[in-house]
Amino acid sequence: MSAQFHISSNPHVRSASSTSGIMMLVVIALLPAAGFGIYNFGARAALVLLVSIASAVLTEFLFGLYKKKLTITDLSAVVTGLLLGMNLPVTIPLWMAALGSVFAILIVKCLFGGLGQNFMNPALAARCFLVISFPKQMTDFISTGKGALDAYTGATPLALLKSGESVNVMDMIFGKTTGTIGETSMIAIVIGACILLLAGVIDLRIPGSYIVSFAVFTVIFGGHGFEPAYLSAQLAGGGLMLGAFFMATDYVTRPITVRGQYVFGIFLGIMTGIFRFFGPGAEGVSFAIVLGNLLVPLIEKATRPIPFGGKGAKRHG
Amino acid sequence: MAKLTFQGGIHPYDGKDLSKDKPITELSAGPVLVFPLSQHIGAPAKPLVQKGDYVYRGQKIAEAASFVSANIHSSVSGTVKAIEPRRVASGDQVMSIVIENDGLNQEVQYYVPQDLDNLTKEEILYCVKEAGIVGMGGAGFPTHVKLSPKEPEKIEYVIANCAECEPYLTSDYRRMLEEPEKLIGGLKIILQLFDKAQGIIAVEDNKPDCIKLLRDLTRNETRISVRALQTKYPQGGERSLIYATTGRKINSSMLPADVGCIVNNVDTIVAVERAVMEGKPLMERIVTVTGDAVKDPRNYKVPTGMSYTEILDVAGGFKSIPEKIICGGPMMGVAIFSTDIPVTKTSTALLAFTKDEVAAMEPGPCINCGRCLEVCPGRVMPSRLADAAERFDEETFLELNGMECCECGCCSFICPAKRPLTQEIKSMRKIQLAKRKK
Repeated sequence: MSAQFHISSNPHVRSASSTSGIMMLVVIALLPAAGFGIYNFGARAALVLLVSIASAVLTEFLFGLYKKKLTITDLSAVVTGLLLGMNLPVTIPLWMAALGSVFAILIVKCLFGGLGQNFMNPALAARCFLVISFPKQMTDFISTGKGALDAYTGATPLALLKSGESVNVMDMIFGKTTGTIGETSMIAIVIGACILLLAGVIDLRIPGSYIVSFAVFTVIFGGHGFEPAYLSAQLAGGGLMLGAFFMATDYVTRPITVRGQYVFGIFLGIMTGIFRFFGPGAEGVSFAIVLGNLLVPLIEKATRPIPFGGKGAKRHG
Repeated sequence: MAKLTFQGGIHPYDGKDLSKDKPITELSAGPVLVFPLSQHIGAPAKPLVQKGDYVYRGQKIAEAASFVSANIHSSVSGTVKAIEPRRVASGDQVMSIVIENDGLNQEVQYYVPQDLDNLTKEEILYCVKEAGIVGMGGAGFPTHVKLSPKEPEKIEYVIANCAECEPYLTSDYRRMLEEPEKLIGGLKIILQLFDKAQGIIAVEDNKPDCIKLLRDLTRNETRISVRALQTKYPQGGERSLIYATTGRKINSSMLPADVGCIVNNVDTIVAVERAVMEGKPLMERIVTVTGDAVKDPRNYKVPTGMSYTEILDVAGGFKSIPEKIICGGPMMGVAIFSTDIPVTKTSTALLAFTKDEVAAMEPGPCINCGRCLEVCPGRVMPSRLADAAERFDEETFLELNGMECCECGCCSFICPAKRPLTQEIKSMRKIQLAKRKK
């Protein structure tokens, strides 16, 4: 037999999972919430999402040309663009949405080495950048457009809560309120989260510890004690659900260790509570997660897994 | 009772259906046989023959060069043609005794202990050592060394590793079905060495017929029990197996004997039985020949020293041209570029795949998904270890317990970015192990 066969190190078989497959699942899981956003806020919401996705992919493509490496096929830029778009108000000027995507992809992701190397969630970092740079446009929920529900234009439920007014919790759960494009419907977000949970893309460690610790914090420090209506409004409101299931669980910027993921979730819950109840604004999810991202290396270091059978200090042979 | 298992692990496509239902076929040796002097862990054996010598089947042609080493026997009668370096599965050239088969199968007279019902421990160990038996699951650790722990009275479990968790492999399965009494007999012999020990036959639950058969046959054995393990790779890894059956944990620097266990593979135990009861040395083994490129996948009883090319010829050759040929299972086996290598004591299988699925996959950047941590039976952080290995950051590698890796391949298998994690970690481990020896 003179034929020469392939040589490579073991193992010689691989699972079917792939990076682009995972990203595709995330996109699919985001669709219910994105779709509801378009229904809620009208066609302009679709336009904002389209612009943020297109500019994210284009930025990564151009950077790929410069680096001579085609990376848009892993679909991670689509996820980032979509997530950013869902975190913007429908009234945002389109150039700002595009600028946010460029910031997310170029500054936060590509310049740090591309996929897997960024230390902050690109979409959230870009949202924080836009909130700080353009606070007026980023919190303009007053002139909500021509969606199915343009009757309730005005302040977000969380802003109403903060100023002591009452909100309709059922509307918040369905999402018939104002807010950023993708954050309003708790139901749509949870449907998407179930897709990711069932597909094994995420687990409940981070979202669970995040939501539970935030709920506990709210009961203790929220000023309303254990008041179910207030508590559920806090849980359904703002970006908490979107953040807990889709952004805090971002692989690259969450701890890889199991124990670290619980620590991370609890930290996010507490920080979100502090920002919401003691900060000047009504929101806190984005800043809590971005801040949590920065602590990931420390959390990981403190929560390294214990190897099977303990450390192999003793030597034989 | 909860299923016996361990943390981590994977469920690859098992491919066992290709070969599991066909009985073992015995092959006779070809014209030339090659016996590498190093088919085991430890010192290479010392040749006892010279070029031109006539040897008998079963004759010891090389002897253990130190305590951790093993004898080697000819599986045919014939003439020693050369003692020269030959290529083995790992790709290395190893000094080997080459024997020309005269086809007469003239056999030596085997030594059998006088009183088989009252064997002494010394007699058993002598037979095992003489027969050149080594761990036949793949590692090749000399069995007489394994059976001589420092404190034999502290051994509580003798575990027969019948998990056969490697995909595609069915040789242990066939052996258990066709010669279960030899497995049980061998285990009973080993149990005679350890007065306080219980024998455990540990079988993955994808082989219910074996479990039932062995349970029936051991119904009256007070010292032997058959345990069903959850089917999951690497259930047959020594550490996973000990944990699943006894709940005890060992790390990389411990031996099974440190937690009162002795683990032996099915084929090894059968070889012990044969060595003690018939005085026969280890000179044949069962090899699974399978894969989608093989015309007639099945198990063969093969004399050691026979070349894979000859086995493939007898097996009807290929039905399509394989891209990859693997010596051993798909998870831990070695890819070979030519089939002109001999079957050794530790050969378990020959797999031929039409497509090399690994070559078709382009590795991408790590997305930190954590799947490798989840599947790692060693509970380490494969993605971080591979990073450290890639940067040649030895300090971080050791700090992250890289030496606790058992190289099972689960991390590479599961990685969605298709990174060769196991390969990176293996290379670094090799370097570190070499440093320790100095």
